[in-house]
Amino acid sequence: MFSTEANCWFIRKVICWRAAASIAWAVLLLPPTTAVFVILSKFSLLHPIQTVTECLSLMTSASAIFSFILLGGVIIMVGFLILEYHTVIPTIACSKIALFGQLLHPRQFVSSLAYCLMGMIVGWCCAVTIGFRYETLCYSCAQSDGYPQMCLNEHHLVFLLTGAFVGLSHSLLGVIHNLNYVSFHSVQQYKYLRFKGSLPLVVKFSSSQAFYSVRNFIALYFFLGYIPRAWVCKTLNLHLDSAVHPLDSIAGLLDLSLLYHLWISATFLLFTWYITLLLFRIFVTEVYSFPVQPSFTEDAHQCLPKVLPEEQPKILKFLALQDLALLSQHSPSRRSEVLSLSQPGGHPHNWNAICKECLCLLADLTQRLVAYHETVAINGRAKSMSSGSEKRSSSETSGTEELSPRPAFLMKTPASVFARSLAGGLQSPLTAPFTPDLDSPFASPALRRLAAPVDPGSPWYGTVQSPHLMRRAPKLWSTSTDSHVNGSPQPSPASHLSPKEESSKPSFLSQFLQNRKDQVKNFFAKRVLIMYLFNKLPEASSQALFADSQAHIWALEGLSYLVQASFSEDQFGVVQTTLPSILCSMLLLQEAVDRHFKLPHASSKPVRTTGSMGDSTYKTLRFALRATLKTAIYRITTTFGDHLKAVQMSAEHRKRLQHFLEYKE
Amino acid sequence: MCQHSRVFDGPGISLPGVTALRLQVEGAGFVRVKMCSLALFPPPLPSGQTTLCESNNELLSGTNSEERLKQDSSPLSLHFPRESLKLHSRTESSSKAAFLDHSETLWMRSAAAWRDGGLTGLLNEITTSHAEVPKWLSVSSGCVLALLRWVSSFHGSLFPHLTLSSEDMIAEFSQVLNWSDCVVRAFAWHPHTDKFAVALLDDSIKIYNPKSATTPTLKHRLQRSVAAVRWKPLCASALAVACQNCLLVWHVDPCSLSTRPSSGCAQVLSYPGHSPVTSIAWSPSGSLLVSASPVDTAMMVWDVAAESCVPLQRVGGGGVTFLSWSPDGSHVLASTPSALFRVWETRMWTCERWPCLKGRCQSGCWSPDGSRLLFTVQGETTAAVVADLSETTFNTPDGEIIVGGKIQSLAWDPRGERLAVLLKGDPQTSSRPAIIAVFKTRANPIFELLPCGFVQGEPGVEPRLMQFHPNFRHGALLTVCWSSGRITHVPFYFLSAATPHIGLSGSPSMPHPQERPADFPNQSLFTELIS
Repeated sequence: MFSTEANCWFIRKVICWRAAASIAWAVLLLPPTTAVFVILSKFSLLHPIQTVTECLSLMTSASAIFSFILLGGVIIMVGFLILEYHTVIPTIACSKIALFGQLLHPRQFVSSLAYCLMGMIVGWCCAVTIGFRYETLCYSCAQSDGYPQMCLNEHHLVFLLTGAFVGLSHSLLGVIHNLNYVSFHSVQQYKYLRFKGSLPLVVKFSSSQAFYSVRNFIALYFFLGYIPRAWVCKTLNLHLDSAVHPLDSIAGLLDLSLLYHLWISATFLLFTWYITLLLFRIFVTEVYSFPVQPSFTEDAHQCLPKVLPEEQPKILKFLALQDLALLSQHSPSRRSEVLSLSQPGGHPHNWNAICKECLCLLADLTQRLVAYHETVAINGRAKSMSSGSEKRSSSETSGTEELSPRPAFLMKTPASVFARSLAGGLQSPLTAPFTPDLDSPFASPALRRLAAPVDPGSPWYGTVQSPHLMRRAPKLWSTSTDSHVNGSPQPSPASHLSPKEESSKPSFLSQFLQNRKDQVKNFFAKRVLIMYLFNKLPEASSQALFADSQAHIWALEGLSYLVQASFSEDQFGVVQTTLPSILCSMLLLQEAVDRHFKLPHASSKPVRTTGSMGDSTYKTLRFALRATLKTAIYRITTTFGDHLKAVQMSAEHRKRLQHFLEYKE
Repeated sequence: MCQHSRVFDGPGISLPGVTALRLQVEGAGFVRVKMCSLALFPPPLPSGQTTLCESNNELLSGTNSEERLKQDSSPLSLHFPRESLKLHSRTESSSKAAFLDHSETLWMRSAAAWRDGGLTGLLNEITTSHAEVPKWLSVSSGCVLALLRWVSSFHGSLFPHLTLSSEDMIAEFSQVLNWSDCVVRAFAWHPHTDKFAVALLDDSIKIYNPKSATTPTLKHRLQRSVAAVRWKPLCASALAVACQNCLLVWHVDPCSLSTRPSSGCAQVLSYPGHSPVTSIAWSPSGSLLVSASPVDTAMMVWDVAAESCVPLQRVGGGGVTFLSWSPDGSHVLASTPSALFRVWETRMWTCERWPCLKGRCQSGCWSPDGSRLLFTVQGETTAAVVADLSETTFNTPDGEIIVGGKIQSLAWDPRGERLAVLLKGDPQTSSRPAIIAVFKTRANPIFELLPCGFVQGEPGVEPRLMQFHPNFRHGALLTVCWSSGRITHVPFYFLSAATPHIGLSGSPSMPHPQERPADFPNQSLFTELIS
């Protein structure tokens, strides 16, 4: 399952044990839950004592013990499924069609089937436990001619089908709401307290979810109920009792006691499953303390500097980064181990490894953001360039012209900047590519304009530069992008050439192909369903970009706290040597994040969903990252203050840092 | 009617953990000391004199005109006359009477009552409109209503504060003296720069920065009855505001020229059942925000960027009224309306209960290293008391002045050398003014409190709110908001013992007996006995 053999120790020794503990607790919690379920399902207001004795006798009966064992088996199975399917990086579907793809993925299909089956088993257990008219699938009934025969008990069948339906919808909703996503909390609490705090939420959510599921099931059964009934009758050679109302009628379904029993069973089913999920999340996200310095050489692969750079399994990397963030914040003794030198040789291996990994993470995110920004920007810019090429000669220029630099820069500069900055790595100072390269996209337009003398021909000449226009600028590109892209990742910029501009003379063939492509696109754009399926969900691409940002947040926190601590604790000046590159990569990321948040939909807040089991923290990770990044830079600037002026960095970064020193960011 | 402040003392500089802390406190026990009183203070100034600053170890005063001249020249001193504020002439409920009665159907009225007043409102509506509903319904809803009232009165008798209206509740538990009548309702210095936010009676917030000409005014639909404002540490722009129904976090771009940031700059953080918010505190690392409401037994820990919160629920106390995060970030003080307060440890968020009190904890402050917590308790008379602030009579040329009694709030300067105590007075009698008493404090080698003096303003004007500047370079700077709407700053020039550096006009603050006036022989109010 995991590619690197070396790190299976973690899965074997930690994750599996944690999962086992969570499943064990879930099974242990089953008896009280079942007792509450039995009492609630049997409760009658008029005979309270009778209810209690009935419940007691039921819970000690053989059938109850058998169904209890079955339920335990189901919980263990659910636990395994959660362990197998859990992820620390949510999968975010960017369009409806991608979501459908996820739902129909074979892996997901297997899980849905398993949940469906388990739901049916739980439904059977519930029917047996409640007893009374739900207990068996068939009973002997007298036909009109007086000859006894086996009839189908439709109430029992409804219970089985409800279980299957709730299981299936749980699995499908799990994909839509990312139930498999395990998020890490910013507030550390003991497991028991976390569990106690989330318990009311689970009760509330499972009962409401059960209500909706049962409602949907009843609607479905009303229309399609005859199919499974006929099928069961046919395969099991059962008959329908003509004396009993069929359940797929209004009169049959408006049976309040049946509805109540269905709802309470569905609640019970979902509650046990959610409790398993909650316990798994609590156990698996518990802080794991990695040793910084190995005490024995055979444990060397388990210590923090070795574990951090590993890519797989992700959960290991996340836990290691969480541990790094916490140790840098709370534990002076472990910090001193990080900042110490190796015994023979005197190299700061620990710090180097940790710092390198954190900077790699940050650079990776920066690169991702710039690349994304480029794809968005190229679409818009190339378009406006092609339409503006003619206008440029005339004095009548639009505001977009200023924002469309020559295509050569578009294609080359950002990539080359990155190539250099990445190749430069950590050893060489990163400053070289960032000496004020005014034409590079890193220089903000405002800065570029400040530095370059204003062209008398440009519309900016002699006018007051409205910050409003400036701020709107990136939106100009992307609104047009949005309206034309329609989900296709790389539309050709030439597709929007107006007839007048065909003088640029592309070859006939390409022109023809372009026209065909346009026609196909237009054809599809008119079909509502296809538009619905392929349209990009707003924000989704932004969310997907920051899906694993929890790692970056911890890296930023860890680095900044360590740098802050180094001001007083670093005896050997270990951190000082890397301070310029840390600051540089943070400032670069800051710039990229700032630019990203100027895109449409990037800064729009998702609707807050309270009281949902599906963790929606991934939707706000980008805001958390932005806040953490600023705080991290401020933490360094407030600690070091004017000493930072002695740090070597490019003029642009110095300017940026000066803003932070003056609290103007 | 006297009130004392007391200290719990951690083991030296750092506080390793709550267990150690408890051990230490239990081991040492509370130390009984001979109580001294405010009588050791120099007498209050005669009428017309105001306190200007502390220099060379004594408080200097000046007459009114001098002071005004000085204050007007200073850019950060502000005056908000009550008349200049546009107040809401009527509250929303009273404006109902101005409109003609419009008869709606029972359904509409019930829906409106449900929306406005919840279940009680609905039942009330049904009970009162007995002409339109069936008799059994109105009778049964009347019975349910009576039952509900009985239960709530029982609950209210356990926790009397729950019967207050939300405005009264804020006024009761606020750190501001006489909050409902205050022109300046909340004040906050930015933790890193010379910038501050002022919340005014008309529910607007103004931000003043001496380096910029623009003073942004923040207004929001939900920004009502502001109880507290706090700047986020390690951030230039974020300002948290505790409002009646929610928490607002404003992002005010320091470079922006706009004087009216749109309400889109504000994040709204709300949680059902968590209002009114009376106290908020940022973690010193700037990552978390805690908020408290006297109605809610849970304290909320917010991750502001993600707009998610973790309720930390503890039964007992009936709510949380006041929060204070220790400067080293390791502990949070959370006081409740009952005779109980908690000290939370912020790593795993467990709490330690402190139930051994006579009254509720009104205010508290941490020493800069986070090892000592000073808090005040209403009605406490015994146990380890660091200072006796019971009523003391001073004979001044203008007659007798009685000082002391109830404490409204405490403030400790960021260096831990001056402690300001805002003492409640009696607004009816002129001889019992509200006053700020300032102590000199010393942590090493033993914890000591020494009298410094009273800070007074113009005659007839009482201090309402005070806060120390977080990084004043020449000592400590106490900002006081007065009942007249004036904000003044009182500098205390001294050289810090811990980090000696050259101040402007400082003299060593550590007591040198020969420098002191001879008539205060026993200066130390409390000397910690080290066991």
